[in-house]
Amino acid sequence: MTALLETRGLSRSFGGLIAVSEVDFTLMAGEVRAVIGPNGAGKTTFVSLIAGRVPPSSGIVLFEGEDITRLPAFRRVRRGIAYTFQITSIYANLSVSENVELAAHQSGAAGSRAALEHVGLADRAQQIAGTLSYGHQRLLEVAMGLALHPKLLILDEPTQGLSDAEIANFIELVRGLSRDTTVLLIEHNMPVVMDLAHRITVFDRGAILAEGSPGEIRADPAVQTAYLGSADA
Amino acid sequence: MSFFPHLLLALLEGTVAAAVLALSALGLSLVFGVMRVVNVAHGEFFMLGAMLAWWTAKTVPGGPLAGFVAALIVAPAAVGLLAFLTERLLLRRINYDPEATIVATIGLLFVVQQLALSVFGADAKPVAAPFTYRIVFPWFGYSGYKLFVVVASAAILLGVWWVLARTRYGLIMRVTQFDRETATAFGIPVHQVYAAVFVAGAALVAVAAVLIVPIQQAHYLMGLDPLLMSFIVVIVGGLGSIKGSVIAALVIGMADGIISVFFSPTLASILATLLVALVLVVRPQGLYGAPIR
Amino acid sequence: MSGNLTKVVLLHLAVLVALFAGQFFASDYAVLTLTRIMVLAVYAVGYNFLFGYTGLLSLGHAMFFATGLYVAAIGTTRAGLSVPAAFAMAIVIGFVVSLVMGAIILRATGVAFMIVTLMFSQAAFLTVLYFGEFTRGDEGIVIPDAIRSFIFLGVPVDLTSEVLRYNMALAILGCAVALTLVLVRSRFGHVLIAIRENENRTAMLGYDVARYKLIAFVISGMLSAVSGATYALMFAYAGSTLASIQYSIHPLLWTLLGGASTVLGPVLGTALMFLLVDFASSFTNANLLMVGAVLILLVLFFPKGIIGTLRQRYVPWLP
Repeated sequence: MTALLETRGLSRSFGGLIAVSEVDFTLMAGEVRAVIGPNGAGKTTFVSLIAGRVPPSSGIVLFEGEDITRLPAFRRVRRGIAYTFQITSIYANLSVSENVELAAHQSGAAGSRAALEHVGLADRAQQIAGTLSYGHQRLLEVAMGLALHPKLLILDEPTQGLSDAEIANFIELVRGLSRDTTVLLIEHNMPVVMDLAHRITVFDRGAILAEGSPGEIRADPAVQTAYLGSADA
Repeated sequence: MSFFPHLLLALLEGTVAAAVLALSALGLSLVFGVMRVVNVAHGEFFMLGAMLAWWTAKTVPGGPLAGFVAALIVAPAAVGLLAFLTERLLLRRINYDPEATIVATIGLLFVVQQLALSVFGADAKPVAAPFTYRIVFPWFGYSGYKLFVVVASAAILLGVWWVLARTRYGLIMRVTQFDRETATAFGIPVHQVYAAVFVAGAALVAVAAVLIVPIQQAHYLMGLDPLLMSFIVVIVGGLGSIKGSVIAALVIGMADGIISVFFSPTLASILATLLVALVLVVRPQGLYGAPIR
Repeated sequence: MSGNLTKVVLLHLAVLVALFAGQFFASDYAVLTLTRIMVLAVYAVGYNFLFGYTGLLSLGHAMFFATGLYVAAIGTTRAGLSVPAAFAMAIVIGFVVSLVMGAIILRATGVAFMIVTLMFSQAAFLTVLYFGEFTRGDEGIVIPDAIRSFIFLGVPVDLTSEVLRYNMALAILGCAVALTLVLVRSRFGHVLIAIRENENRTAMLGYDVARYKLIAFVISGMLSAVSGATYALMFAYAGSTLASIQYSIHPLLWTLLGGASTVLGPVLGTALMFLLVDFASSFTNANLLMVGAVLILLVLFFPKGIIGTLRQRYVPWLP
């Protein structure tokens, strides 16, 4: 079975700094994959390379078996890769429904309403997005991602800044999503990761340190030294 | 004159042009670099400096040299004051928003230009050089004052570079340029730094005007050319990079001087503006600037 | 939403009808001034399409206005084109120039974009001066009255007639306003606004941002060229001041005054500015001072312009 997403030898450096180094990565359809690792490990850069926001220094990205390395970001979105920003990026001056309608190209008003209902924001459709609470803005971003009907949904630190209740909500949401959409998420919140992820990829200093099921990763001594040990509160 | 003397003349003119450019652009480069705003009234500050130089020379007794020295004090002070008021009353209130600053300073441009017209009149005003000294080449004579401008310009550029690179003030300015929020977090009074930089930039361009006005004449419309050329130099050289500005000034000044001598000044201007546009299109951060964050 | 549509259409129609009716009550001088205002309002409307709706601040639109202006003027006086042919030519060349310049200029963003537009426009201005034997520099080209009377589709048209000019200008302005209204309320317009509000986000929603910007740029440039061509043909004059930086700043000023990102804002702004300058010149020669002061006051206190502020506070359904 072809992987949904694959990278081979993917690298990116900024001047002298090597952010991502020779990463071979495979993601199968239907997975929920968490990418974890200490700050500066290259997680966001890696995911930006996949989304097309940053061009690679070398290596290739394959989506559904096709080479998309040269494809600009907006074309990758059309192919089915949706990306939600680490720092919330919505249209603050437009209403919630206008935000989602922009994402729902073909499905129009019906599709955007469905997306809003999915995340629980349907009753706030007319509210100006900039006036939403932070947690709700994050949800709006997810709704916009959903309205794109992506095959791969990339979430960059989605629970950051959310309250416990909102996080619990979010876990349910993603669990529901994962039935139709492959999810790749960067997360620092270990309980969320352990709860949601089918498999975990650990990044350290631009390369993949370990990969496996949550149980395997938790038990891995290298991962513990590099990351889990210090993050465990 | 045959070719070689023509070339020598062109090179001399080019060097003077480069020096003039670098000096005029210096103020804009500082303001642009640290505050990230475009002061479209920059050329009018230049014009004001030139007008004040003429007026000082007329008012102060004792000949061109005395007038020159007096102008070196009066012009930067007056223009600096205008800059201070602009920063306080205008820029700060719009929070240094790039677009709003451009529009507001365009307004300022018109106001200053009109005031100059009303106060000083529409005629061109010549200002005598503080000294006359003719360097005699075998083929033509060349103004010693022009070469003095080159030397003075180099000295000022070095001075500013030294302040930026080696003093605490320079460090503060560079930190504020790099990241305004971090600077605030470190207790740097960003507003005051901005005010100081804006005033310094204006004072510098006024000094440039005092130096340059004996070569040209003072005229209420003279601000447009230094504005455009300063833009050219700052953008091509790269935001916030004095070194870049100097190199760009050299390249453009030399090219401008040479083309002006061998062809026509209008053509030189056309090529210069096209050059800027193309550089910016290909490399928006200019030759030496940091990539736009 | 359709309730809003009716309101919107009625309002804009009302404005156009009012302008139409105005010619019967206004003095000859006012009619002439209004004609000029309407022609230049097309320029402002075109400019606003790029500035207000797409969020791109051009400081060089005079190059497009001048393209229309000089194609019409040189076309009729030197190339022997009839007025309709010259007008059509101006639109075509306006399209080509906007397309080519857009493809180059749009590679720059932010402040660089503004400077690049300024530079190209300045280069165009200097080129007009450099080729003075064709363009007659700042003395300008005067289009003889004889050329401005012609037969179009069997109907005699005399552009020296004030009545005809007024109504033609109104018709052209009406088309420009209608076009902007339709585009702005369409999906295309919504995407432009999205690009203005958050370009990165819009790209990450799958939109080809570069293409949208280019299309907006071309529409904007073409409208400006139409305004320029109309100006030359109606007022029989094309001079280099109309290609100068001042004429790049004017539409920005008019748009800001009336309200950027509103359809009627540029029209109102153009009219108001003319009135202001007219009023001021009765007791002072300092037009520039007025313009400058207005710009500064606008930026400080009314960044949304008149109609923009109205919309924000009282009338949210204004497009």
